Order: sequence, then C-alpha cells, then structure tokens
Amino acid sequence: MSTADISAAGTSTAGVSTPAAEASAAGASAAGTEVLGQAAASARTAGRSGGVAAFARLLGSELGLTFRRPRNLVMLALLALVPVLIGVVVRTFGSDGDAGGIVAATAGNGLMLTFVSLYVLVPLLMPVAVAVVGGDAIAGEANAGTLRYLLTAPAGRTRLLAVKYLNAVVFSLALTVTVAATALITGLALFPVGDVTLLSGTTVTMAEGLLRTLLIVGYVTAGMAALAAVAMALSTLTEIPIGAVAGTVVLIVVTQVLRAIPQLDWLAPYLLPTRWTGFDAVLRDPVATSDLGQGLLAFCAYTVLFGSLAWARFTSKDITS
Amino acid sequence: MTVGHDAGAPSGAPAAIRTRGLTKVFKGGQVAVDALDLDVPRGSVFGFLGPNGSGKTTTIRMLLGLVTPTAGDHALLDRPLAEALPSVGAVVEGPAFYPYLSGEANLLRYDAANPASSARDARSRVGQALERVGLSAAAGKRYRAYSLGMRQRLAIAAALLRPRELLVLDEPTNGLDPQGTREVRALVREIARDGTTVFVSSHLLAEVEQMCTHAAVMSHGRLVAQGTISSLHGGRPALLRVETPRAAEAARILDGLGLAEVTAAGSHVTAELGGHAPEEINAALVRQGVPVRGLAVVRPSLEEVFVGLTGEGFDVDG
Repeated sequence: MSTADISAAGTSTAGVSTPAAEASAAGASAAGTEVLGQAAASARTAGRSGGVAAFARLLGSELGLTFRRPRNLVMLALLALVPVLIGVVVRTFGSDGDAGGIVAATAGNGLMLTFVSLYVLVPLLMPVAVAVVGGDAIAGEANAGTLRYLLTAPAGRTRLLAVKYLNAVVFSLALTVTVAATALITGLALFPVGDVTLLSGTTVTMAEGLLRTLLIVGYVTAGMAALAAVAMALSTLTEIPIGAVAGTVVLIVVTQVLRAIPQLDWLAPYLLPTRWTGFDAVLRDPVATSDLGQGLLAFCAYTVLFGSLAWARFTSKDITS
Repeated sequence: MTVGHDAGAPSGAPAAIRTRGLTKVFKGGQVAVDALDLDVPRGSVFGFLGPNGSGKTTTIRMLLGLVTPTAGDHALLDRPLAEALPSVGAVVEGPAFYPYLSGEANLLRYDAANPASSARDARSRVGQALERVGLSAAAGKRYRAYSLGMRQRLAIAAALLRPRELLVLDEPTNGLDPQGTREVRALVREIARDGTTVFVSSHLLAEVEQMCTHAAVMSHGRLVAQGTISSLHGGRPALLRVETPRAAEAARILDGLGLAEVTAAGSHVTAELGGHAPEEINAALVRQGVPVRGLAVVRPSLEEVFVGLTGEGFDVDG
C-alpha cells in the first residue's frame, strides 16, 4: 500500500511518499480499522516531515549546483590562496619594518595567520564572492528562464527564496571555513606553534586559540550571510544577474568610502562593513562580548530587513522571463 | 462571433481549466488579456490559437501563477493553484535548462523543486520521461550540446516527470523538424489517450486541426471563439469543386441537381455540396457528357474560419 492510497482514503496529506507513512499504512492494514485514525494522524505528520524532506531535497539540489559550478569553485580556490600568499610573504620577508602588531604576531605564532587573512579578505574580497552567489540567486534563474520552470514545478516562491538564502548562507560558511582552514594549515606549516598572544597582551593556550578561531568563523559567516540578504534583495529586482552582483559590490565600496569620511563617523556603526571586522573583539581578553553582540545584532537587522524586502518583492512579482 | 460555451463544458462539469473575467493590464496600461472566460473540459486536447501577441502566453502565465491577474478568477483541475500544480506539467515559452548540466541532471533538478515528488523514485521517473521523448541516449550529455529539437523534447520530458492530469504546452513544436513535429503530435495524442487533458497553444492552425478536439481563438487579448473543432467549423458548408473544360454546362447540371451557390469560373465550377453525394454528382456529369478532370470536396479549413474571426492572417507554414 502506498502513501497515495492513504491520501485517497481521505486524509489530507500532500501525498508525499515517506517511509514513515508507508510503515504506518502497513500497520493500519495489519491491525484493522481501529488503527486507521492513528494512521491518518501519522500520515499527516509524515506529510509535514515529507515537506521537510522535500525542502531538504531542493536545498541539496541548490547546494549541488552552487558547489559544482566552476565559477564558484574558482572563487573559493582563489580566496583560499590568499592566506598562503600572505604566509609565504611574511615568512620570506619577515615582519620587520612598518608591519603592524598583528602581522608581527603572525611571525611569532602560526595561528595568527588566520586572523590576518580574514582581516585582509573580509572588507572586500569575501563580500564580492558572496555577492556573486547571492546576486545570482533569483536573477540568474530569471535570466536563464529556469525560474518559470522552478515555479511551475511548483517550488513555491517563499520556499524557493528560503532555499536560495540558506544556500547563500552555506556558501558564506564554506567560504569562511575554506579561508580559515587554509590559513591555519599554512600558519602551522610556516610558523612556530604554541601559546597565542592576544591583542590585549595576555597569552592563551593553543587550544583556546583554536576555540576563538571557531568563534571568529561563526561571526564572519554571520556578517557574510547578512550581505547575502542584501544581494538577494537586489537579485529579486532584476533579471540580469550581473546587475545584482555589481549593485551589491557598488554598495560595499560606497559604504567603505563612507566609513573613511571622518565627518560621517556617526554613520559608521550602522554600516555592514564596520561590523565585519569587529571580530577582533575575540582577540581581547576577556572576549569583548558586547562588541560581538552588537555586531551580530546589526547582521540580524540587515538580514531581517533585506530578507523581508526580497520576500515582499519576489512573492508579488510577475515572472515574465 | 462566439461559438458558445454550450460546445465546451457545461458549467459544473469537471473542468481542467476554467477562467472567469481573467484580465491582465500591464504597467503602462497595455491590456494583454481582456476578460477571458475559458472552459477547457477534462480529457480534451484543447488548442489555444491566436496570432503572436494576442495574449496566449500571458494567459498561460496567469494560469500557472507566474503572472498575477489584474482581475478575474481562474482554477486548474477545480483546485486551488498550489494544490493543482503538482499534477500539471507545463512547457512555457520554450525550453529553459541549466546549460552546464546533463539532460538527466536538469530533470532531477526540476523534480526536486516539486514538493510532491519523491526522491526515491526520481531517477526511474526521469529515465522513463527521457525514454518517452526519445532522449535516453542523450541523458548524460550536457544540455549545452543539445540541438533545438532535443531541447524542446527535454522540456516535454520535464512536463512528463510525474503522472499528470493536465499538460500545458506552449508552442511545443516550435523549432522542430518535420520528423520531430510528427513525434510530438503522436506523443500528445498518446498522452491524451491516457486521459490527460492537454492544453496546447499554437499559431499553427493545421497543427491544432490535426491534434485537438477543442479550440479557442484569441485576438488582441480577447477570446473570439471557443468550442469543439467541429462546432468551430460549424455553419461553413463543404464545397464541391469540379474541374472541367465545359464549366458552363457543368454549372447548369449542378444547378439542375439542386446544388446551391453554383459558380463557374474558367475551367472549374464550385457549389455548396449540401446533402448530396459527390459520387452521384460525378455520375450525373459523366452521363450528360461533361468531361470531368477532377472532382473534390473542399471543407473549409480552420484557417478560413479564424482569419474571419481575427481579421488577420495566421502564420500557416505548418
């Protein structure tokens, strides 16, 4: 007996086949009609979990596209090269001269290369990669015409947008982890390993240093995910993916310029890029949790605001591509 | 003229597609679709005809929920759209796929987007759909390398990923060679035989005449006719056409037999056939010594009907 039979028997499942529903159906036919009510109930539950399974399947398909796409893999590889480059340069030329404290610290401890690399990449290069994936999300499908087929499949507009956003979040995480991991490996290979001296001057163990690195990875990912929401909102406004990507990059550059204008100091705390590099709070002793908290709050606010804009636009838009 | 709803489904009968006052006005005030009342009965092969720009595609996009109507209601399979769509296969305005994926991977992608589809049998369903359109051999090939005909067939395969109650095909034979066109028509007939309602838009009259049981005609965003193919033909009599060197004499004989609208011109005579049997007319002509070079019964094509309705020429290269 299949799930379709249960649906036909009058329950309100979406007709999604799941092992759970089949098991309950088998149970119902074995134990007689008394169990049918229960079967119906569990079939409804199965309908919901079937919904989750279907959502996971679409997300899997989305991730498969993102992480098999040569363009995205090239971006990941190029950004992964940066920590190696920095490591080799610091190792070769030393940290003498004007090199700041954090770069000097790299020469003293391999773990610091992770912080330095993220410091270099977070203001522009990583955001550009996230903008490419986020900006392509809806506009790319619209441009290829595949959006109309996804929606008539029917993927559901809210559901598709949620999948696209989660996909961009996973890409942000993968990007941050890739950079942090190559930096870590390069740092361990090229520089001494041991206790880590923090920006406050105190020293923590290598294990705690690694733990703090994880914290930084989480924080940076959240910052990139907030940017992905901005890119996604722009992506719902156009059918030209490069337009959404370029628009996002222009926004990043403009905000970076605004931050550099002293007269606009009051504005800086509200700008996304100001918060991105806020992960140096992790290198204080104790961890400056209120700074981190404010950063995460800002990321949250951006995500909610631009996520809502994207949703409002995408769910009401005429798809004519 | 409207070939009335009586020829389509009576209201209340199960409808595959029903619209009432469906209207779309685009920004800028362009009325793409104007108060459309469409009735597509279940089990029909319904031809949706109209010149390019008459509002066919906008209508299809509204039916599938891609475009929000400005006014009016519509329902597919008598269900709310979100519930109906998993049972509806669609080809909208030509194929669109991911060029860097294989045909099979493309179909798996679209199947994954359907919340009613199960992952477990996805591969076998994709395999069957590919086989049905004759693309099994090209399943692993990248879409980029597909020919236009293969792309069109892949789009139809995507519409056949699950058992469907309704198939909406927008210009399904566009870009196909004659062989491909024949295959698609055969496929449509086969699908219809299984009880699936097929709604097919086309600007090719011959195509609709060959495939469809019902048709509707759009012109400038309005529905100008709908009904069964024979009801659309209705009122237009079959003509008898006789080729003979002695046209005047033949015309006199046809007149004598009681045929209406007899006209002789050059070496041929035409008349409305009415209830007469063409073979008897032929015999009568020959008996009276009129040499008959050719004799044919000409039924008016849909084209003549539709050009009359829309006031514009159709592309009739099919």
